[in-house]
Amino acid sequence: MPQDQAIPAGAATDGFTVAGRSFRSRLLVGTGKYKDMDETARAIDASGAEIVTVAVRRSNIGQSAEEPNILDVLPPERYTILPNTAGCYDVDSAVRTCHLARELLDGHNLVKLEVLGDQKTLFPDMLQTIEAARVLIKDGFDVMVYTNDDPIIAKQLEDLGCCAVMPLAAPIGSGLGIRNPLNILTIVENASVPILVDAGVGTASDAAVAMELGCDGVLMNTAIAAAKDPVLMASAMRKGIEAGREAYLAGRMLAKRFASASSPIEGTFF
Amino acid sequence: MQITINGEATEIPDDLYMSALIDRLGLTGRRIAVEVNQELVPRSRLDAHPLHDGDRVEIIHAVGGG
Repeated sequence: MPQDQAIPAGAATDGFTVAGRSFRSRLLVGTGKYKDMDETARAIDASGAEIVTVAVRRSNIGQSAEEPNILDVLPPERYTILPNTAGCYDVDSAVRTCHLARELLDGHNLVKLEVLGDQKTLFPDMLQTIEAARVLIKDGFDVMVYTNDDPIIAKQLEDLGCCAVMPLAAPIGSGLGIRNPLNILTIVENASVPILVDAGVGTASDAAVAMELGCDGVLMNTAIAAAKDPVLMASAMRKGIEAGREAYLAGRMLAKRFASASSPIEGTFF
Repeated sequence: MQITINGEATEIPDDLYMSALIDRLGLTGRRIAVEVNQELVPRSRLDAHPLHDGDRVEIIHAVGGG
């Protein structure tokens, strides 16, 4: 068999496209909660992620101008920076945040929209999320939208013009894993834009499960940053994503209740 | 005159433009974005944007976040 036919196309060669931009890595990572900038950079390098989220906050006025900025360690020339609207609880603050981010990033218009409804759960406020998405799309943004795991809402966000829909697997920062795999599956089956699980993943097997369900990618932060060894967990997540994606492409066997011997019965001599 | 910068009341000279304020704060050349009274001021217009008494200025940058 010729060499080039021996290895089937797997996760390594199978990228995804969002808003006309193509990526090899299906792992998207946040940049919060790390010990320092050095650990941030090393973990993100180990994750293989090409899209990294950042938040937009007030500059420190009067403090050291030499203080390193997150965009110094994660240069926009190397990474696709995905500014988020984390901490926004209303349409106006989310829209203002996106406009500031676009200015900050020289017109880069890809944003992660999240409008939260409650500080305890950090669940999204979908009425305000939908309204903010409408405004931002009209203002020329490519909106990747954080949502709950409701298939009806997910489809409505797609119909509204969001370029990717990102249902939560569990509450942000909870590490509870995929709490409602059947809803995620329904969202994936209905979709014609990329579906990425955003939030709730706790460990590499959770990431693999999301990918086995057919998601286009997973966005995570705390699962890596809060691991005992974030750099090693970032590497594990990379492999979890690739393993899950390859398993999805390969098509898993049907589960059966009873056993099925793997060795032949024929030819037994005992 | 008095303006508010990132939530802090601050005295500044009259007739100051936004670009001059950024310079006074030592932020020239830094990767920042600016709002005055909740309206974005694009980088290209910072030196044409005069500040007025009571203005609320927000100067933002990117930080780690998920």
